[in-house]
Amino acid sequence: MDNLQTYLYISAILFSLGLYGVITRRNGIAVLMGVELILNSANINFVAFARFGGMNFSGQVFALFVIIMAAAEAAVALAIIINVFNNLDTVNIDDARELKL
Amino acid sequence: MDNIAFGLIVAITLGSALMVVISQQLLYSAIALLFTLFGVAGLYIFMWADFMAGVQIVIYIGGILVLLIFGIMLTNKISSVNISHTSLQRRVGAVITLGVLGFLIPMITKTSWLQISSEEPAQTADSIGRLLMMEYLLPFEVASLLLLGALIGAAMLSRNTN
Repeated sequence: MDNLQTYLYISAILFSLGLYGVITRRNGIAVLMGVELILNSANINFVAFARFGGMNFSGQVFALFVIIMAAAEAAVALAIIINVFNNLDTVNIDDARELKL
Repeated sequence: MDNIAFGLIVAITLGSALMVVISQQLLYSAIALLFTLFGVAGLYIFMWADFMAGVQIVIYIGGILVLLIFGIMLTNKISSVNISHTSLQRRVGAVITLGVLGFLIPMITKTSWLQISSEEPAQTADSIGRLLMMEYLLPFEVASLLLLGALIGAAMLSRNTN
């Protein structure tokens, strides 16, 4: 727990799980959860390099910006998904092919 | 003692992350995501980033996760068949995922990482605040603009036009 590699391994596994979710899920919100996992794994990397790689607090500030971006992304993505649901009556992203009805 | 706690946190993080991507009930996925996010906050604390852990809990669990659960419940009809909860192309997904993992793990093992030993900082929020207000002032302002744009955009998109 006191070396960089441990955290990088955890982050790599978390990234792979998120990728699996993004690839296999059909529900838009479930895909969004996979994206959240990927963003979290990136954040673990940032904070790990801040702790062990001499990035000091810059790494943590970058992780902070990633969290801000994730919040904005989640809000807009959910608005889009709810709109798709209202118009097409489904959240299956395979069915959402049109930009306009 | 520390090692046990660390192992437990890692197990919770990765185990519930697995639940997030394979659970067939979307609400269970959301609850599992709660534990994943808490586990990541625990990892931050192990990396001396206590402020980041607080931010993680407040924004991710208090904000994004609640938003996700709202989304799940708003897009769910009792009458509809639960077809949208299922997964597709599991085998292809597993192959691609294992391929990526099989690329990342040896890469992490082989690379000789530069490791600088540093002592535990006395306070973290203080230093982060200084960095945000001095070195990263422009990204900070741009981020606030991004949040404002996202707020207005999300409100515009989800409002009822009829």
